[in-house]
This record gives sequence, structure tokens and C-alpha cells, in this order.
Amino acid sequence: MIKLDNVYKSFGSNHVLRGVDLEIPRGESMVVIGGSGTGKSVTLKSVLGLVTPDSGTITLDGEDVTKAERDAFLARFGMLFQGGALFDSLTIWENVAFRLLRGSLKRPKAEAREIAIEKLRRVGLKPEVADQFPSELSGGMQKRVGLARAIAAEPEIIFFDEPTTGLDPIMSGVINELIREIVVEMGATAMTITHDMTSVRAIADKVAMLHEGVIQWTGPVSEMDTCGDPYVEQFIHGRAEGPIEAVR
Amino acid sequence: MNPAALLAALGRPALALLAAIGRLTLFVTDTLSHLFRPPFYLRELRDALISVGYFSLPVVGLTAFFTGGALALQIYSGGARFNAEAVVPQIVAIGMVRELGPVLAGLMIAARVTSSIAAEIATMKVTEQIDALVTLSTNPMKYLTLPRVLAATIAGPILVGIADIIGIFGGYTVATGRLGFNTAAYLQNTVDFIQFTDITSSLVKGAVFGFIAAMMGCYYGMNSGRGAQGVGRATKLSVVAAAVMILAANYMLTGLFFTS
Repeated sequence: MIKLDNVYKSFGSNHVLRGVDLEIPRGESMVVIGGSGTGKSVTLKSVLGLVTPDSGTITLDGEDVTKAERDAFLARFGMLFQGGALFDSLTIWENVAFRLLRGSLKRPKAEAREIAIEKLRRVGLKPEVADQFPSELSGGMQKRVGLARAIAAEPEIIFFDEPTTGLDPIMSGVINELIREIVVEMGATAMTITHDMTSVRAIADKVAMLHEGVIQWTGPVSEMDTCGDPYVEQFIHGRAEGPIEAVR
Repeated sequence: MNPAALLAALGRPALALLAAIGRLTLFVTDTLSHLFRPPFYLRELRDALISVGYFSLPVVGLTAFFTGGALALQIYSGGARFNAEAVVPQIVAIGMVRELGPVLAGLMIAARVTSSIAAEIATMKVTEQIDALVTLSTNPMKYLTLPRVLAATIAGPILVGIADIIGIFGGYTVATGRLGFNTAAYLQNTVDFIQFTDITSSLVKGAVFGFIAAMMGCYYGMNSGRGAQGVGRATKLSVVAAAVMILAANYMLTGLFFTS
């Protein structure tokens, strides 16, 4: 289980997280929603140790993430980045198999390539793309490659950062379905941050609404529409009027 | 202006400078701390050696050749004022090996390699590729910085050595082709005049300049701001810092080698 307890983080005078409390039980898919700049990415990066919180604790299965052995800790995670974050200088299969070509999970090159091609196939890409470079692929295909890389080492926990941003509605639907299928079939714990409500409904078991640095509401996705929380209602219906101030 | 405001105006940039030196020192220490700790990314080192060393050869070679040629012309016309035209081979040799070869090769590495490293790493940072490396259990300092710094430190002396030879050859071409020098005598004078210290200082300078060039590229790339503007600023600052530090280091190394 991932647990964030009273987590604070500021960048200069910008107080991004102001006491975030969140629990993600093992095997559950949690989607964190909230407007742009509300601290969703910072929350996710804090769990991974890419951002160090000013105060509060983050634990994974009861162990403080800041004290965990980094390699072993990160080996449990896979992450799909918003823009894919594929390495330009490496081919597609080398990107997917990155973790399998070096470090503690290193395999022979041929085996790593085979796994990469299998993962590419799993996300709907043909083996022919394996030897291409990221710049030769469309945005949707890059997202799929990013997804293949995130699951290549069979992680227990997968993070998805805005998985459908920049994609057309059909491709968004495809990526949402893939994420759901993969999370269920791997039995992984998932944490997704998004403001795409279609993604939320497709991916989430539970939803947490982040606003002004704190979790305003959290609950099962089935209760999201009827929760009565004014912040959630305004957000999911995309209303300009409500407690969340919209800049015009 | 009241004294407190004056002190504050002086203190702010002084503190900023000290902070920058501190950050750079920590960055260098962090990079070097990975030198003997596995894993070692040999493929990245090989790629960096090819990129820094092999692909810098044309620009370093051309710069050295034309500078050697121009130097021969200058020394000939300058020397003619006091009947010292004959010193062309000796001055070209000492000028190229001691100063112009290392400095020009260093500046060309700064122009070509520092800028490209800074832009590449800054773009990787902006597009979250550095974060992706961390999540894939790979230390960016070990994977990106160390191979580039190591490659430039190894390639620096080789490039400088080649620049020295091509520069002398540039002078030789002009002196024998245009100024009427005897080919055998020119070469003999060159070989006789160069000392072991000249060559040692040249190669040491090459290693130091290569180290500075790659380190500045990595430092500014890793600390770049957001967006295209951040990448542009990181690239510009890295080249300026590398060039200034190379020239400063050249002065100090020259003092170390030749004024004791």
C-alpha cells in the first residue's frame, strides 16, 4: 500500500502541496484529478523520490520511501510519462527494454529484445517498429511505447502521468482501455493523474480530487457523480461557476 | 546611496557567485564519485568518444591548419623588420604546441561539444527524459554526465596533439610554398626546437580543456530552465562559461609549466 501522510511541498513562495493525505491499497487503481497546477504531478513525483517533500511522510508497504534502497524501490515501479519521455538516441526496442539491458534486472540482449517485442505487441504495435527511433512515430504510438516500457519489467506499481494528453478521442479511448486491461491482468497497483474525465471513468477504481494542495474528496469512482462535493461536481461537469476559481 | 544598500548591492552578486561555485563543485564531485563505482556504461562512453573525438576532428584540424599558415605569414612579415625571417619554423612550432594548438582546440571543443551536450541534456530534462532515467533505476550523473566528461578528457589531448601537428603543417605549407623555405631545413628546425615540456604541457592542457568543456555542458544542461528558452539559455551559458574557464585555465597551466 502507498500512503501519503500530511505531505507538504513548496517551490519558493508557491505552496503546491499543503498537507496531502492519500492511501492507495495494493492492487487498486487510484486516479487523482484536479485542475492544472494543483500539484498532481508533484504528488506523483514525491512518491517516486523525483521531488523531495518539505515535510510529511510517504510510505510503501509501511517503509518510508526516502529511506528505502533506491534500486530495489524503483524496480517495483513503472511509469508512463505525459510526453512519453522516450530516449531519442535509442531505438524503440532499446527504449522498451532499457531496464532489461542494464542494472540489477539485466538480461542477455536477445532475450531483452524478445521481451520488448512481446510488450510492443501487447500494446498493439507491430514488431517492425522495434528498430525505428521515437521521432519516427506518431504521438499515439509514442504513448504506446511509453506504456510498453512502463510494463516491460513487470512492475508491481504503475504510475500514469496524463496518459491521454495530446491524443485524439479515439486514441485516448484505446490508451485508456489498454491501461485498464494491463493493470487488471498484471494485478498492479496503479496511480494515474489526469483531468480527462473519460480516462477517470475508464481507469479508476477510486478517485481523489486534489485542489489547493489538499485532497478535497476521495471515494470509489461509482460514487463520484453523486458525492455531493461542490469541488468534484464543478470539476467533473466542467462548470465555470463554483468554488474552484476559474481565470477568465 | 546609503552604506547598507551599497553593501547589499555588493554582497548579492558575491553571494550568488559563491553559491554558483559551490553548486559546480558539488556537481563535479558527484560526477567523479561515480568513476570507480559500478555499473559502468561503456557503450555510452564509446558513443561519447566518437561524438566528442572523431567528429571534432574536421573543425579542429581546419582551425589549426589555417592558424598555422597565418602564424607563418605573421612571423615572416614581423621578423622581416629586424632581419629575423628565419625563425618562422621555431616560432610556429612553439606557438602552436604551447598555446595555439591547445587553446584553439579547446575553444573549438567548447563551441561544438559543450553546446551540443548542454542542448541535448537540457532537452532531455525539459521532456522528462532525465526523470524517466531515474524511474528506470539509472543514475543520470552516471549514465549521461560521466561518460561525456570522461570521453572529452580522453579525446582532448588527442585532438590537441592532432591540432599541434596540423598547425605546424599549416605553417610548413605556407613557409615552403609561399615564403621560399627549404622543406628539410624547416622540418629539422621544428623538430630540434620543440622540447618534451612543450608537448607535455600541450597534452595536459588538452585533457583539462576537454574536462572543462564537457563538464560545463553537462552542468548547464542538468540545471536548465523550462521550455525552449531554458534550453537556449543553458546552451549559451555553457559555451560562455567553458570558453572563459578554458582561457583562465590556460593562463594558470602556462604559469605552472613555464615560469618556475
